[in-house]
Amino acid sequence: MSTVMQPPKPSKPWLATPKQRITTASIYIASALMSFLVVAATPMKGKLAYFVVFFFASVIIDFILCFVQRGMASAKDAVARGVVTAGMTFAVLPILSILFEVVKRGYKGLHLSLFTNDMSVTSVNDPVANGGLLHAITGTIILVGIALIVAMPIGILTAVYLTEIRGKFAVPIKFLVQAMSGVPSIVAGLFILSAYVYPLTGTLSGFAGSLALMILMIPTIARTSEEVLLLIPSDLREAGVALGGTQWRTVALVVVPAAKSGLVTALILGIARVAGETAPLVLLTGGGEKVNPNPFSGPMGSLPLYIWKCFGQGTEESITRAWSGILVLLVIVLGLFITARFLSERKVTK
Amino acid sequence: MTLLENKSGSTPAPREITTKPRLSDKIFRGVVTAGGLTSLVILGFILIFLAYQGYDVLKSQGFRFITGSTWQVITDDAGQIDLTQTKFGIGAMLIGTLICATIAVIIAVPISVLTALYLSFYAPSAVRKFMVALIDLMAAFPSVLFGIWGFFVLMPSAEYWGKLLHKYLGFIPFFTMEVPVFTRSPFVAGVVLAIMIIPIVTSISREIFGQTPLDRIQAAYALGATRWAMIKAVVIPYGRSGVVGGAMLGLGRAMGETVAVYTVLNIVYQVNWHVLIGAGGNVASMILLKFGEAGTGEIKALMAAGLVLFLLTLIVNSIADLIVKSSGAKGR
Repeated sequence: MSTVMQPPKPSKPWLATPKQRITTASIYIASALMSFLVVAATPMKGKLAYFVVFFFASVIIDFILCFVQRGMASAKDAVARGVVTAGMTFAVLPILSILFEVVKRGYKGLHLSLFTNDMSVTSVNDPVANGGLLHAITGTIILVGIALIVAMPIGILTAVYLTEIRGKFAVPIKFLVQAMSGVPSIVAGLFILSAYVYPLTGTLSGFAGSLALMILMIPTIARTSEEVLLLIPSDLREAGVALGGTQWRTVALVVVPAAKSGLVTALILGIARVAGETAPLVLLTGGGEKVNPNPFSGPMGSLPLYIWKCFGQGTEESITRAWSGILVLLVIVLGLFITARFLSERKVTK
Repeated sequence: MTLLENKSGSTPAPREITTKPRLSDKIFRGVVTAGGLTSLVILGFILIFLAYQGYDVLKSQGFRFITGSTWQVITDDAGQIDLTQTKFGIGAMLIGTLICATIAVIIAVPISVLTALYLSFYAPSAVRKFMVALIDLMAAFPSVLFGIWGFFVLMPSAEYWGKLLHKYLGFIPFFTMEVPVFTRSPFVAGVVLAIMIIPIVTSISREIFGQTPLDRIQAAYALGATRWAMIKAVVIPYGRSGVVGGAMLGLGRAMGETVAVYTVLNIVYQVNWHVLIGAGGNVASMILLKFGEAGTGEIKALMAAGLVLFLLTLIVNSIADLIVKSSGAKGR
């Protein structure tokens, strides 16, 4: 007698049953209704009022329900869940609001000649379609590029020192890199002013701005690269040494190639960190309105400075320009950030 | 057997076994160590150059530079700054810095800790991944963006919240006001700064919560604890000091912020404890404000102010770093 054994259907007892889902949904609907009623009935008004009433209503309903069903401990848990979720909402709202507002207000100022014109012949009150931010984009590329060329070796060498050599300075250097990441950007600007501009050149230039950006960039690159190098299994290093490689060759031919995509991520995060830095550039670069390819002489424009100036001018047209500048800057930062994410994700899955 | 034997005369001399690094390694180590020490050099130079440029001012003003609250430039007939009569005092701005940063921390820390708890223990994994990316992204937003967004979008709401605070909590001395001017107040600046430091405080708290020993979490669940009871009994005692460190790191960031504060705050050179009144300032934004019109003598005073700000943030950051580091190591 052979009966075909039906394999038991896997049950998922941790998932919410339809009944529970209906309950949860009805709690939210009831709270939403209540918030509309309360806001309509009392002098409270505004989005904040809706949110507060909705929050309290849903927490109280949830509390009572859990208390009746499962007692006090569960009811407390329900309150905690509500509070934690509300806190999370407060953290996410500003990000969404920023993204939404920048797109909403920035797209009005977008036009094709934005990327082919500079502001040298455009005045404050000219229509938005005049002028562009070519000078700002080229300026930012030059400034960040020079900063990257200087900061890249320093940052990566620091990381290599911390992970590969681990000499007697490792602990203090780690501490100092951390401390350096907290240096306010304006202090970096003042430092370059006091150490480079006044004693050496006497004039503001793009290069001075790059030096300040470099100071802000080093800690980001160093810390991210250190994390990446720490992830490289020490088997690789041991294998390199066991094959007769010197430490130099092991690091240069085994460890660094293995960490390549992670190190690129570190550089990209460094760029993203300084691309929008404003305060030191206000002090150091002079902020020209014309495309200036020479970082050593003449004022140099940059994207953050363009936004800053347009905002400061205060007319309706320049405010629109500022918002579209922000949109371009945000797209750049977002692009860099997504690239960095993509690279580091790929490294993990490999 | 014979295969393994070498003919006499062709035996290579056994290699000398040594731990002495080769020349290439010596150079490598030298270069890397030099690179590693750059951060020390840069920090040292910042200190030296700012102190050098600000020396005259600091010497003539003495301790008054930190405690005094007047910024009065008096020039002699030749147009030079008369250092004996000129008064440079950044006391008001230092207090303003502390007020704005403290408001920011008070607002940001609860939100950040709750967010970190949500991400660590409540969020489904897809939501967690998305939100971690979102919050990391927020950390990369430029400060000028926060400033302008704060000015145009947040400020109307923040003013309204300020009015609510004044209406219902007006009996607290900080929230009183004689003239109802709610625009561009330290409170608004504090809210903007709070939003700026939420990402860093959140990510540090999340890191600390993530280090909570799994066996203790599971032990708590096995004893029948609800999620909240587990958090209260295990996660919070374990992560408390780390969160304090994260909060201080946020404080350090908030104290050094320039552009965003400059944009939303009405910078007035006076001590203002009433956080809802639209007048205040912080050292960084004061430097930016005065820089445009400053002559050589005044710029030296700004360098000195920068030095004070640098030391202040350095101290706060160092303490924060020590707290965060030590909290990960110890168990309970």
